[in-house]
Amino acid sequence: MSSKIDKGLSVKDIDKSFGEVKALVNVSLDVHEGEFFTLLGPSGCGKTTLLRIIAGLELRDTGRVILGGQDITDLPATKRQVNTVFQSYALFPHLNIFENVAFGLRSRKFPQNEVEGRVNRRMEMLELQEMADRYPHQLSGGQQQRVALARALVNEPDVLLLDEPMSALDAKLRAQVQVELRRLQRKLGQTFILVTHDQAEALVVSDRIAVMDQGKIIQFGTPKEVYEQPKTLFVAEFLGAANLLHGRGLDGGIQTELGFFHLKQTPKWDNGTVAIRPERIRITDNPPEKNAVKAKVREAIYRGTNIDLWLEPGPMRVRTPAHRNYELGDEVWLELPPEGLVILDE
Amino acid sequence: MSKLLVWYGELTTQRNLANRGLAFLGAGMLWLMIFLVLPGLVLIVVSFASRGAYGQLEWDFTIENYKRLAGFSLFGWTADYIVIVLRSVWVAFVTTLISVVLSYPLSFFICARPERTRYLWLTLVIIPFWTNMVIRTYAWFLILAPELPLAKVAAFFGLIPPDAPLYPNSFAVYLGMVSMFLPFVTLPLYASVERLDWTLVEAAQDLYASKVRVFMQAILPQTLPGLSVGIILTFVPAMGMFVVPDLLGGAKYMLVGNLIQQQFGASRDWPFGAAISMGLMVLTMISLQFYRRRSKEIEFV
Repeated sequence: MSSKIDKGLSVKDIDKSFGEVKALVNVSLDVHEGEFFTLLGPSGCGKTTLLRIIAGLELRDTGRVILGGQDITDLPATKRQVNTVFQSYALFPHLNIFENVAFGLRSRKFPQNEVEGRVNRRMEMLELQEMADRYPHQLSGGQQQRVALARALVNEPDVLLLDEPMSALDAKLRAQVQVELRRLQRKLGQTFILVTHDQAEALVVSDRIAVMDQGKIIQFGTPKEVYEQPKTLFVAEFLGAANLLHGRGLDGGIQTELGFFHLKQTPKWDNGTVAIRPERIRITDNPPEKNAVKAKVREAIYRGTNIDLWLEPGPMRVRTPAHRNYELGDEVWLELPPEGLVILDE
Repeated sequence: MSKLLVWYGELTTQRNLANRGLAFLGAGMLWLMIFLVLPGLVLIVVSFASRGAYGQLEWDFTIENYKRLAGFSLFGWTADYIVIVLRSVWVAFVTTLISVVLSYPLSFFICARPERTRYLWLTLVIIPFWTNMVIRTYAWFLILAPELPLAKVAAFFGLIPPDAPLYPNSFAVYLGMVSMFLPFVTLPLYASVERLDWTLVEAAQDLYASKVRVFMQAILPQTLPGLSVGIILTFVPAMGMFVVPDLLGGAKYMLVGNLIQQQFGASRDWPFGAAISMGLMVLTMISLQFYRRRSKEIEFV
């Protein structure tokens, strides 16, 4: 992360209300050039509003948007070097695929040979060259999505905005497209900002994630950071499953109903919560030396690559490799290693 | 028509289905036969007859009426009737154009109102529908009267002599025509605008489109169905309109509609009236065909 902002995007102190509803509260963020940045949050958290403000499709109440060092807050969408892939793709139904992709270039009156060159290059890159003469309604969802992507990328925007572009695809295709999108972004080296409510998607594609809730950004970080070091209860629970232990903060640990657990640091609070991911809990036959819990299997769900266990006390969730069978009522020892226990704020 | 069994909600034969279809269509077909096809045929026949000395029909087959319509008379060729026909097309065209230009902002304005007041605005557009056409046209006499501001302003700028009413003239005709046909464009257009997919507008803006381009590429294609209905509903009856030009245009403002009315009324020359009607019908068909061609060129799937 360099301190110099070249073609990166900065959002400073953005506020936005719709009537009584506060959509965004004092949101600031910096996206670096060439970064794949994701706004992750549940529906209604303001992530799409923030994206629309960056695109110029929505007006902010206060705050500034700066792109490549230039203040673009008051520029209309048509004047911003920013392009969007819409959730519904918003392809023009009366134009064929070629003209859809060429739309932005034609708006800016590029000469015909340059339009053809750039459009064909983009369509080839996204394997659309065969579709040039077809119309949007003749294409599958995945193909339409690639057209929307080509239509935005052909303008070589400083920042590409993607508004839940994969929500209309089925699960299998979505997983494939995520990887392709990541690869495409690396290859182009362009700045991408993705909006999604799908935490798995955010983890797969992003360089950095901003987790949002109720109009605020709760945490910035790499996928690994936000998954493994969630700052708050919300982030811990939104990004996958988390076991929570409430208790009293003591020197080097936490005193809970299940006993004393060693932590890597001393909590800053007197009363609070620590979290641990299901896959970080170890199952042992003999009692571990520290951070041990004796538990009984309440439910064992076989998932192929692993088994998800629900255990008493708790319920405690544990994810473990599938090379051992568990019966309901089995008694096991759990070890909650200090490096897996994350101290949450408040 | 085979006796093959088919499944259509129940087990039946194709012949059965066809008969049932005819039974449903029958009543409507009969209606159209009696009140559209038959009179049409009568009109065609009459247009080839000629007028007797006392206005009665004389059944000698002649194309004299059509020759007269084309401008040939005992005293040589005159453009009178052709001018009237062209003027009618022009008035219908301008009326449609003004109605469309006014309807777009009006539709968007109504759509932007909150739900409660939106129906109030729509009702205001519809209300003139509930009033008799002649009464509505006479109402313009009052509005354009010399004592009222409109005429006074026009007189102030020297457009009309002082203390004269703002009629009869073409301005008054267009005023009457547009006010007559505006709802026919606004209502179907409003139905299209209400369902407008605004993300296409946003996509166009996002892709650097100018205001004109946004309209042409994102709004027009989506509202074309409603617009087409409005244009046809306005242009076709406007071609044959005679009450408004008669009252607001004065004697000099002859349109095809007035001409036809005159033949069937005062002149008692039914054959010529029928011939003009045929001419008007053909012209309308050609216009619609032309319009369909044009709109196919800008086909919006």
